[in-house]
Amino acid sequence: MTADILSWVLLLAIAAYACGGGVDYGAGFWDLLAGGAERGRRPRWLIDHAMAPVWEVNNVWLVFVLVLMWTGFPAFFQTVFTALWLPLALAAVGMVLRGAGFALRKPARLLAARRVYGATFAVASLLTPFFLGTVIGSVASGRVSPGTTASADAWANATSVTAGLLAVCATAVLGAVFLTADARRFGAHDLVGHFRLRARIAVGALLVVGAVGLVVTADDASYVHHGLTHGWGLLLVLLSVAAGAVTVVLVGGPAPGRARYSAVAAVALAVAAWGVAQRPYLVPTSLTVRQAVGASATLQWMLVVSLVALLLIGPAVTVLYRLDTRGVLEPLTDEDVTG
Amino acid sequence: MDTATQLLAGTPAQLLPARELMAFTLASHILLVPFGVALPFITLVMHHRGLRRGDATALLLARRWSAVMAVQFAVGVVTGTILSFEFGLLWPGMMGRWGDVFGLGFGVEAWAFFLEAILIAIYLYGWRRLKPWTHFWLGVPLPLTALLGAFGIIAANSWMNTPQGFTLDADGDPVNVDVRQAIFTPIFGPEYWHFTVAMFLTAGYVVAGVYAVGWLRGRRGRYHRLGFTVPFTVAAVLTPLQLFLGDNIARQVFQKQPVKFAATELVWDTDTHVPEYLFGRLQEDGTVKGGLKIPQLDSVLAGFRPDTQVTGLASVPAADRPTATQATIVHWAFDIMATIGSLLIVLALWYAWCWWRRRDLPRSRWFFRCAALAGAASMLCVECGWITTEVGRQPWIVYQNMRVSEAVTPTRAASLWTMFGVVVVVYVLVFGAFLTVLLKMRTRWRLADGGEAAAENPETDTPYGPRHEPAGAGAQPPPAEAGPGHTPGGAG
Ligand code: HDD
Ligand code: HEM
Ligand code: HEM
Repeated sequence: MTADILSWVLLLAIAAYACGGGVDYGAGFWDLLAGGAERGRRPRWLIDHAMAPVWEVNNVWLVFVLVLMWTGFPAFFQTVFTALWLPLALAAVGMVLRGAGFALRKPARLLAARRVYGATFAVASLLTPFFLGTVIGSVASGRVSPGTTASADAWANATSVTAGLLAVCATAVLGAVFLTADARRFGAHDLVGHFRLRARIAVGALLVVGAVGLVVTADDASYVHHGLTHGWGLLLVLLSVAAGAVTVVLVGGPAPGRARYSAVAAVALAVAAWGVAQRPYLVPTSLTVRQAVGASATLQWMLVVSLVALLLIGPAVTVLYRLDTRGVLEPLTDEDVTG
Repeated sequence: MDTATQLLAGTPAQLLPARELMAFTLASHILLVPFGVALPFITLVMHHRGLRRGDATALLLARRWSAVMAVQFAVGVVTGTILSFEFGLLWPGMMGRWGDVFGLGFGVEAWAFFLEAILIAIYLYGWRRLKPWTHFWLGVPLPLTALLGAFGIIAANSWMNTPQGFTLDADGDPVNVDVRQAIFTPIFGPEYWHFTVAMFLTAGYVVAGVYAVGWLRGRRGRYHRLGFTVPFTVAAVLTPLQLFLGDNIARQVFQKQPVKFAATELVWDTDTHVPEYLFGRLQEDGTVKGGLKIPQLDSVLAGFRPDTQVTGLASVPAADRPTATQATIVHWAFDIMATIGSLLIVLALWYAWCWWRRRDLPRSRWFFRCAALAGAASMLCVECGWITTEVGRQPWIVYQNMRVSEAVTPTRAASLWTMFGVVVVVYVLVFGAFLTVLLKMRTRWRLADGGEAAAENPETDTPYGPRHEPAGAGAQPPPAEAGPGHTPGGAG
C-alpha cells in the first residue's frame, strides 16, 4: 500500500522535474540554436531576461526524486546509480556546467569569452536532459538489474538513446512554448513568431521521436512496449499526443500563454504513460515496487512529511502565483539598490 | 591478525578519489550554507529597523543584501544538487543498505528548501510593489524554513555519527526501523545547536567584515556604520554561547563516540589524569611529537575531574580507528576551531566594552582589522568543525556499522579521478563567477553612492543582480515600469 502510493509520488516528482526543469533546459536548447552572435542576439536577450536565478529551484524536484529513491526504494537507488554511473555522472557535471556558463556569460567582457561560456551553458542544457533520458530508457528496457555493474551497453542502446532524444525534444517544446509567451509578455513581438515556429517544429520532432520509440521498444523493451500500446498506458499516450496537438494550435492563437498548460500536460502525460506501462515494476521484469521498498515506518513518515510540506507549500505557491498574476512582483532595478 | 594487510585489502582503489571528491564538494557547499541559513534573518533584522524608524539607509542595506541572497541561493542549489547525486555515484552501498533508515531527514530538507525558494522569490521580487509591512511579514518565515532545512541535514549527519533506531537481522540488514530514534540520535541536539549558532555567527562576521573593510578605507558614513553594527552585534552576542555549545558537543562526543574523542585529543592509551595537547603530531607508536602539553587538563575538560577516565585510540584494533595521520588532522582541525572560537570571544568582549562605556564603536583601527578578519576566521572554523566530525569518524561511514570501504561504488578509480578533476575545474569557475558577480555589484553600488552611477554601466554585466533597464542598449527594452517617485519598500 504505502509502497504503491510512494511509487506514484515518485512518478509525480519525476513529471514535475520533467516539466519544471524541462522549461529551463529548453531555454538553453534554443540558446544553442539561436545562431551567430549577431543573429542570435535578440533571442538570447529574451532567454537571459526570462531566466531568473530562482529558476535553479527546479533542481529541487530532482533532488526530491533522488531522496524518494534512496529512502523509499534503497535497492533501486543503489542499482541505478551503480549500473548507470556514467550517464548520471555526466548529467551531474552538465548541471554544474550549465549554472557556471549561464552565470559567467554576462560578466565576460570579450565576445570570444562570452561565446565560450554561452556555448557551455547551451551545450550542457542539451546534454543533461539527454543523459537523464537515457537513464530512464535503460531502466525501462530492463537492462539494469540488481548487481549490474557499470557498463556502456546498459545505456548505449537504441531504447536508451531514443529516450534521451525524447527528453531533449520535450525540453525543446517546453522551452519554445514558454519563450513564446515570454516574448509577448516583454513586448518583443518579432520574437513571438520566432519561437512559435520553433515550438511547432519541436512538437513535430517530439511526435516523430516518440513514434520511433514505439518501434524500437517493440523488441528491445517489450514489457514497457506492451504497456504503452494497451489499456491505460495507451490512453495516456493518446492524451499526450492530443495535448501536443492542442499546443500547436494554442501557441499560434491570440493568447500563446495558454499553450504553456497544454505543453506541460503533454510532457506530464508522457511521463505518466511510461510509469503506468511498467507497473508493477521499478525495473521491468527484475525488480517490482514491492520488492524494492524500504522500511515501512520511514515510508509512512515520508508520506506524512510530504503531506505537511504540501500543506505549507500550497499556500506559499498560491501567494506567489496570485502576487505574480496581479503584477505585484518585480525584480529590483538598479534604482532600488543605488540609494 | 595482521592489521596492515587487512587495512590494505579493505581499501579499494576507488576509495581515495571518492573521498576526495566528497570532501571537496561538501567543503565547497558548506561555505555557502551560513548565508543560506542566516542571511535572511540578518536582512530581516535590518529591514525591520528600516521600517520601524523610517530609516532609508537601513532599507537600502536590506535591499542590497536580499539581492546578494538570490545569487547565493542559486549557487547553493547547484552545489547541493551535486551532493545528492554523489550519494549515489560515490556511496551506493550506504544508501542501498541504510537509505530507508536515515533518509527521512533529507526529505524534510528538500521540502524546506523548496519552501525557502518560494519565499525568497516573493521577498526578492516584492520590494517594489508590495505594501511595506506585508512584504516584511511575507519574509518572516524565511529563517524558519532555513532552520528546518538544517534540521534535516543535521539529522542525517548525526545519524551517521551515532546511528540508532533499527535492529540488524541475520544478514546484517536493518529491520524494525524506529523513525523517532533514527532522527533524534544522541548527538543530534548538541550538533544541531552548535551548527545553527555557527551559521548565524559566521554570516554575521562575514557581512560585518565587508563594512569593516570599508571603514578601514575611510568610508565611515551612517551607511557603513549601520551595515557593520547590526550583523556584528548578532555575531558578537552568539560568540560566547558558541564556546559553551562547543564545550558541550565535545563532552557529548567523549561519551557517545569515545574513539573520535581520542582522535581529537590525541589520547593513545585509556587512562585517567590525561594531559591535553595543544597541536602536536601523533606518531605511529602512540607518542605525540611537538605541541604544548598541559597536564591533567583533558580529563578535567571531559569529566570535570582529573581522575576522569578517557578512552584511548589503542583500545580498539587499528582497523577500527582513524590512522595516526587522520587523528593528527582531526586534532589540528579541532584545535584551530577552538582557538579561533576563543579569540572571537575576545573580539566580542572588546566590542561590548566600548559599547557599554561609550555607546559607540571602538575607535582603534586594530579592532576593525580584526573584525574584517573575523569573517574569514569563522569560515575556517566551519571547515575545521566538519573535518573534526567527518575525519574523526573514520574508518566508518556509519559509525561502527559500515565501513567507508563497504559503501564505496565499484566504479573504476580512473573514472572517479576524471570526474574529480572536472568537478574541481568547474567549481573554480562557478565560485569565480559568484565572486565576480558580487564584486561587480559592490563596485556598482559604490559608484552609485559616490554619485558616479552614470560612469560606465557595469550593471549590464551582472547576470543575477538587480535588473538594469538600459534604454535601447542593443536589444529592445522591456516596457517601462514603476512610475517616477515610486520608492520600493516604504520609506526611501
Ligand atoms: C563559527 C564556527 C564555529 C566555532 C567558533 C566553533 N565551532 Fe565547533 N563546529 C562548527 C563550527 C564552529 C561546525 C562547522 O558547525 C561543526 C561541524 C559539525 C557541527 O555540527 O558543527 C562543529 C563541530 C564541533 C565538534 C565535533 C562534533 C562531532 O564530531 O560530532 C566539536 C567537538 C566542536 N565543534 C567543539 C567546539 C569548541 C570546543 C569550540 C570552542 C570555541 C567550537 N567548537 C567553536
Ligand atoms: C550532512 C552533512 C554531511 C554528510 C551527510 C557527509 C557525508 C560524508 C560521506 C558520505 C563521506 C564519505 C565517507 C567517509 O569518508 O566517511 C564524507 C567524508 C568527508 N566529509 Fe562529510 N558529510 C557531511 C558534512 C561534511 C562537511 C560540511 C564537510 C566540510 C568540510 C565534510 C568533510 C568531509 C571530509 C573531509 C571527508 C573525507 C574524510 C576522509 O576521507 O578521511 N563533511 N562525508
Ligand atoms: C540549512 C542550510 C543549507 C542550505 C540553504 C543548503 C542549500 C542546499 C540546497 C539548495 C540543496 C539542494 C538540494 C535541495 O534543495 O534539497 C542542498 C543539498 C544538500 N546539502 Fe545543503 N544546504 C544547507 C545545509 C547543508 C549542510 C549543513 C550540509 C552539510 C554539511 C549540506 C549538505 C548538503 C547535502 C549533502 C545535500 C544533498 C542532500 C539532499 O539531496 O538532500 N547542506 N543544500
